[in-house]
Amino acid sequence: MTSEAAAADEYEHKEGDGHDHGHGHDHPKYLAHHFDTPAQQFDAAKIGMWAFLVQELLFFSGIFVAYGIFRSWYPEMFSAASHQLNRLMGAGNTIVLLFSSLTAALAVRAAQLGQKRNTSTYIILTILCAFTFLVVKYFEYHHKFEAGLLPGQYFHPDHHHLVAGSPELPGNSHIFYSLYFMATGIHGVHVAVGIGVFIWILRRNERGDFSKDYYTGVDLTALYWHLVDLVWIYLFPLLYLID
Amino acid sequence: MATVASPHSGTAAPDPHASYLAQKGLASWLFTLDHKRIGVMYLVAVLVSFLLGGIMAILVRLELLTPGRTIMDATTYNHVFSLHGVIMVFLFIIPSIPAAMGNIMLPVQLGTIDVAFPKLNLASFYIYCFGACFGLYSMIHGGVDTGWTFYTPYSSKFSNSAVIPMIGAAFIMGFSSILTGVNFIATVHKMRAKGLTWRRLPLFCWALYATSIIQVLATPVLAITLLLLIFERVLHLGIFDPSMGGDPVLFEHFFWFYSHPAVYIMIVPAMGVVSEIICTFSRRAPFGYFFIAMSSLGLALLGFLVWGHHLFVAGMSEYSTMVFSALTFLVGIPSGVKIFNWIATLYKGSIDLRSPMLYGLGFIFLFTIGGLTGLFLAMLAVDVHLHDTYFVVAHFHYVMVGGTVIAFVGGLHYWWPKFTGKMYDEGKARIAFVLVFIGFNVTFMSQFILGSRGMPRRYYDYLPEFTTLHQVSTVGSWILGVGFIVMLVMFIESLASGKKATNNPWGSVALEWKTPSPLPLHNFLKVPVVTKGPYDYHLATEEELSED
Repeated sequence: MTSEAAAADEYEHKEGDGHDHGHGHDHPKYLAHHFDTPAQQFDAAKIGMWAFLVQELLFFSGIFVAYGIFRSWYPEMFSAASHQLNRLMGAGNTIVLLFSSLTAALAVRAAQLGQKRNTSTYIILTILCAFTFLVVKYFEYHHKFEAGLLPGQYFHPDHHHLVAGSPELPGNSHIFYSLYFMATGIHGVHVAVGIGVFIWILRRNERGDFSKDYYTGVDLTALYWHLVDLVWIYLFPLLYLID
Repeated sequence: MATVASPHSGTAAPDPHASYLAQKGLASWLFTLDHKRIGVMYLVAVLVSFLLGGIMAILVRLELLTPGRTIMDATTYNHVFSLHGVIMVFLFIIPSIPAAMGNIMLPVQLGTIDVAFPKLNLASFYIYCFGACFGLYSMIHGGVDTGWTFYTPYSSKFSNSAVIPMIGAAFIMGFSSILTGVNFIATVHKMRAKGLTWRRLPLFCWALYATSIIQVLATPVLAITLLLLIFERVLHLGIFDPSMGGDPVLFEHFFWFYSHPAVYIMIVPAMGVVSEIICTFSRRAPFGYFFIAMSSLGLALLGFLVWGHHLFVAGMSEYSTMVFSALTFLVGIPSGVKIFNWIATLYKGSIDLRSPMLYGLGFIFLFTIGGLTGLFLAMLAVDVHLHDTYFVVAHFHYVMVGGTVIAFVGGLHYWWPKFTGKMYDEGKARIAFVLVFIGFNVTFMSQFILGSRGMPRRYYDYLPEFTTLHQVSTVGSWILGVGFIVMLVMFIESLASGKKATNNPWGSVALEWKTPSPLPLHNFLKVPVVTKGPYDYHLATEEELSED
């Protein structure tokens, strides 16, 4: 590690003027002052985003672990309680989210090619899908509230509103709904945050911030959106399809 | 992410060669994107928290001067020791070395101008402040009496104190910690100066890198745990409530899955500081550089596998306890690597016993005690006896205070000239060290004995036979307090009328000592190109080693 010969070899971004702090005349507008090259800035942002997504996964992990433990304790209860969830709505929402991941990926592709209008179109489609997801979720929640399928101590099933011919809900069913509301609620907040960020990215795109040399914002937001999608892909079968 | 912004806000472009402290005015601080200024703001915030937590500690010890009531009733006592824990853990130790000192030193040691995401860095600081406000609100409106661990079902069902705002505070401050971790990971990967290869990375950077990984991986688990706890308390979810089919031990698992790695968030950066100090004041490259670097990552990894040792008597299965016990012993390996390598570095070094080095050596001594007593607690049979006694209290104070606080203070002495451009009075610094070192040992050595004789932790009252040892401990806390006051006076004097610091007051060859004190706005006058390791004393010229 002391060899002087190896000095600058590891450094990937060689450029003529080194990194001349005082002046940034030759820097493109989107390049922040403290980076040498656009590539360095992009890589840093990408690493940062992946690290952030890892923490998102671990954030959801707590819910998944709780789910695993309580399902192994009360398998019959989980099966009976899951029966009350609306599979059709759940499946529809899964398709909507999967489709929105596609449009988000297409938005990135369009941004990389410098197609500003297409980028905006795909972002708008993604936002519309996200809204659709939340609207469907609203109707699902509405039904759960009517049927008294609520978390914890507020759990008071009303038999008129339960799915016809369904098995009796065993004791501790409130735990399933506690987990259901925590998991889908936190996921829903992530969807809502995604909508907000996409609207901001849309504005930036319309303003002309992005080009085929600089599309970091679109790329990172799409990455986040794929994670939101991914979490739902696990939540859907675990909550809806275990009956 | 940062898009089109100069890392240094302000109207006219300031001279990049001027000191980072040159700009005046409150706004130039509050809206700064300069990592050094953000670091200084963190430093002020954590020092205020330390003072607050320290006052709580003195009050706790004062109450325990005599059996029964001394100065406060039992409920107040529960609040005071809970606040001591919450403040010290979440407001002080977690951000102390990484977010405060690391923020200032990481880009400088990497030879770069700023962290990867300066805006995110400032946002982390304000998130921390926002969380701290929640904590303050909780303190004013009822406080907490759950201890810093918030165990259910007491915290979720029975406590009448302001648990929710305090949990909210910890939840919010967690995000500050996560974002700092994300920022530092990207910074270490992408912002290194030309020629600064991974194998030339200063050990403090390695330590911060390992810490950041823990922050990113562990803190979100705390976030979801605390969120579940808030909803458990508000909506009675039943997940942690045995009367509703839930499991309170699940909370303990969740909580310690964060809070044990959090111990390494506290100690690993401290070890990084000590590595820097030991090398500088022994004028030697570290013995086994690569092993010290990797042992930081080793601690980060092992930290995730040992949470179960907090639950040995909580009703875990016998087999789990055996596995967790064995894994806990493994932690001794990377810790031992560090201790032995530091000692080997000292061997035949040209040792200079100035105040930072005193703290460095103090760390080795105290952390060794803290670490070894951890092995006692990892042993299943011994833990049954010692669990939840003062032995545990003494053990983690030897690690947290004897380790982290001593290293934090040592680092503050070491980098003070770089931060402020001023020197401090070495005589007073040594007096403060002696007081802190003696006071600390008197306070906590007696608690090892108390614990092994069966004094349970967190109790308001105690049997008369424990009186003498409790009184010794309380007197120790006074000596410790006086030590910190002497240190505070010394630092304030230095700020007011300290001698101007040279660029390299310690004669170190590391990169940060080749740039002016205090640090210039862009950290370096000329863009550094690294051609040597940070500890290559054998390659140093006379000029590099000279102390001016």
